[in-house]
Amino acid sequence: MAIKQKSKSLKARGNNLSDSFFQLNVLNGKDIVDSKFPGFGDKIAEIGHRPLKTNPVEIFQLNIGKLCNQTCSHCHVDAGPDRKEENMDRATLERCLQIIASVPTITTVDITGGAPEMNAHFRWFVEEVSALGKQVIDRCNLTILCANPKYHDLPEFFAKNKVQVVSSLPYFSKKRTDSQRGDGVFEDSIKALQMLNAVGYGKEGTGLELHLVYNPSGAFLPGSQESLQAEFKRQLKRKFDIDFNMLFAITNLPIARFLDYLLESGNYEEYMQKLVEAYNPGTVDGLMCRNTLSISWDGFIYDCDFNQMLDLKVASTSQHIDDFDLDALKDRNVVVNQHCYGCTAGAGSSCGGEIA
Amino acid sequence: MEKKYFDPKDLRKFGKITELQEEMGTKFFDYYNTVFKGDTALTEREKALIALAVAHTVQCPYCIDAYTSASLEKGADEEQMMEAVHVAAAIKGGAALVFSVQMMNHAERLSM
Repeated sequence: MAIKQKSKSLKARGNNLSDSFFQLNVLNGKDIVDSKFPGFGDKIAEIGHRPLKTNPVEIFQLNIGKLCNQTCSHCHVDAGPDRKEENMDRATLERCLQIIASVPTITTVDITGGAPEMNAHFRWFVEEVSALGKQVIDRCNLTILCANPKYHDLPEFFAKNKVQVVSSLPYFSKKRTDSQRGDGVFEDSIKALQMLNAVGYGKEGTGLELHLVYNPSGAFLPGSQESLQAEFKRQLKRKFDIDFNMLFAITNLPIARFLDYLLESGNYEEYMQKLVEAYNPGTVDGLMCRNTLSISWDGFIYDCDFNQMLDLKVASTSQHIDDFDLDALKDRNVVVNQHCYGCTAGAGSSCGGEIA
Repeated sequence: MEKKYFDPKDLRKFGKITELQEEMGTKFFDYYNTVFKGDTALTEREKALIALAVAHTVQCPYCIDAYTSASLEKGADEEQMMEAVHVAAAIKGGAALVFSVQMMNHAERLSM
């Protein structure tokens, strides 16, 4: 079934929020809204994290392009079918490969997008990283597996390279899923999960890991990951005979299209208030920005994918992979701003779900 | 001064009730938090759905907002939430209707 897109990207619509500077002004109460919240930097200073320092890098995350077959209403990347320009080229991927090979502390290579599988060099890159003995994670929107016959063999390809598949599925019902991701997404997502199960993903004893990502479909925070996981397992098994390993509950950060949604729906202030009130100092030690390097399609280096979308480059002399200098990136100060409340709310949030 | 009831922002001030009676207020919140905290014999989702249903029967707008959010956060969907309200409505409707037995009994007593 063809997916009916929710909308075009903010960029294609010429929306001010496609400008990261404008987004930061909104988050800091200098544009559109005048609501001010306590500074995140001040908040973590209270527990001795001014500045917030990094640990040795373990996760090398690449956002290899903004091209996607979906235009989800919560997307912090502002990805979509109309984002054809910003995709990582072969030379940049080759440079990333050299870096990955040269830094022994990097254990995991986390590939995201957009729909990363749409990048022409995706399969080559996965094979190369896999050959280095590093764990590859593919952040898969699921429907890409059904989008075109050339993607139908991806489950076998993933299995061959022992790729850990982390798939987005906001809910186990059509209404909630399609309202966030586009009409037709739920049906194709279920098909894709069954395709992954068919080659052994999510099945006990295969070693092929299939994790789901739960993002709330609206202006509310995720509940307990353990409880949501139990409910997803029960319902997906009961309704569709689907198995998976873990569910990662991830909070939506007020960036790009989710920020646009919050402002358009009149939920911005209340949502920010919820994030601030739910601030949990126990999450700070496990924040993903502290052991991650995030690389953009054009090779710039960031502390995380969210900072990448706000164009907040690392606070280091080494800001591009062409000038990669591990020593200059070591023990750096993480660049924080108001969106960071999204990762410290409640049980915390990272690309691997809850923190605390 | 404009006088209005049920300002959604007032819910955030709920904790201030302890300022006027600290011991009772604190005991209430301790109890309240114990009821809703964690998956116990009931899951947090089940408790949120029960609270949502009760919120409708006591017609508390603060509680309806709070437990709509809580139900969504705990992973309930709109269909489950509407069913919970129907359960409340069925009991509330049934509670009204079951009194009709008293009406019928009394009518019978008064009638030839």
